[in-house]
Amino acid sequence: MEFEPKIVAFLCNWCTYTGADLAGVSRLKSPANIRVIRTMCSGRVDPTFVMKAFDLGADGVLIGGCHPGDCHYAEGNYKTLRRAHMLKKIMRKYGIDEKRLRLEWISAAEGDKFQEVTTTFTETIRSLGPLDWRKRIGKGDRTEHTVAV
Amino acid sequence: MAKPKLALYWASSCGGCEIAVLDIQEKILDVANAFDIVFWPVAMDFKYDDVRKMEDKSIDLCLFNGAIRNSENAELAHLLRAKSKALVAFGSCAHEGCIPALANLTTKDAILKWVYKDSPSTVSNNGAVYPQTHTKMPEGEIEIPEMWETVKSLDQVIDVDYYVPGCPPQPFQIWNVIEYILSGKPLPPKGSVLGADEKTCCDECPRERKEKKIKKFFRPYEILSNPNECLLDQGIICMGPATRSGCGALCTKANMPCRGCYGAPPNVVDQGAKMVSALSSVVDSQDPNEIDEILNQIVDPLGTFYRFSMAHSILKRVDKI
Repeated sequence: MEFEPKIVAFLCNWCTYTGADLAGVSRLKSPANIRVIRTMCSGRVDPTFVMKAFDLGADGVLIGGCHPGDCHYAEGNYKTLRRAHMLKKIMRKYGIDEKRLRLEWISAAEGDKFQEVTTTFTETIRSLGPLDWRKRIGKGDRTEHTVAV
Repeated sequence: MAKPKLALYWASSCGGCEIAVLDIQEKILDVANAFDIVFWPVAMDFKYDDVRKMEDKSIDLCLFNGAIRNSENAELAHLLRAKSKALVAFGSCAHEGCIPALANLTTKDAILKWVYKDSPSTVSNNGAVYPQTHTKMPEGEIEIPEMWETVKSLDQVIDVDYYVPGCPPQPFQIWNVIEYILSGKPLPPKGSVLGADEKTCCDECPRERKEKKIKKFFRPYEILSNPNECLLDQGIICMGPATRSGCGALCTKANMPCRGCYGAPPNVVDQGAKMVSALSSVVDSQDPNEIDEILNQIVDPLGTFYRFSMAHSILKRVDKI
């Protein structure tokens, strides 16, 4: 069976979630691989959420927030920006391709950008292949104590 | 009335937790008076077979320290679980993996290759010799435990009743726990963390905190820190904000940053993720390039944020490349 990426998208209530809504009512087709979770602010997205998503089987995580300067809570999205940078640093150390996490600023008026981002992100993840974290780290747990070096 | 039975065991640990038990000083005599110590390999001569012969649930309290990193650790964990009424994951290794679980940042092959072949102190005339689980000798076959690929915390292997965090648990906290158990009061709900508090290390730290804005990170040796100001304010990575209180902020009082040994605070799943969150909030920049520059000053983020909690983290280990 062909690999269908599972993507968890944390979208901020004020911009990107509304932008996704706009994409919907404008009948812009976007991939069904995206599972949207609405948060009040992209700054609400705790790094724990992202790690948990990867652990529970997500192949990619999208975080959508307001453009810099537009945050409904003044600077939540700047915190998200720094967090995403730190998370990518951590992900590299874990051996997870940093492209599996994407942060995008999508305003309530940018339904077309939502379509473009979700489509290209799905393609990126498709080309990276499944993450399948639990299987990946469980693989090769040998029961024998022999080493070939 | 017969005295309640006490067992102490060390799995993959350094022995510090055992020393911490002795560090309750003369109160150890009270422990010896109150309990019948039936198993304590580090201090007394017991054989595993002695434990196997005990009746199930005949040990009243078992303090189990050490992570689970090989088949022997796991075997004893299962055995002591069967024989104990209350089993406590004692110390950071049993609680969250601690230093042994930093092995999860690499692979078993890489570790063995380094230890038995590549490390400068290894000298061998006939190539690397790796330990084997089974070896044939003239007297018969001998067996040693099998090392695991991934280090686990105790509760990932068996059912655990209580946790006592810390590397090692502070002696006064150990005594609090023992005293509580001896008092005969009803035991706390299963899964409770004992011998620690419900806030973060910062709550106990006497240093003065201001609004944090960090442009540059320092390692402790790179800066003469102000002894009265918050270390994190000064750019030294201190795990205090993501660490449970209970130790009395010993490290920060000695001018060293908190390393995080008391583990995640209440209601926090992943200590390292919380530290990522906390640090990201205080980096003083809104420019992506500058943010990267500042964050790149953090040496070994995974080993720093998860120094004591790798086994118990959400992602558990690095990918085996």
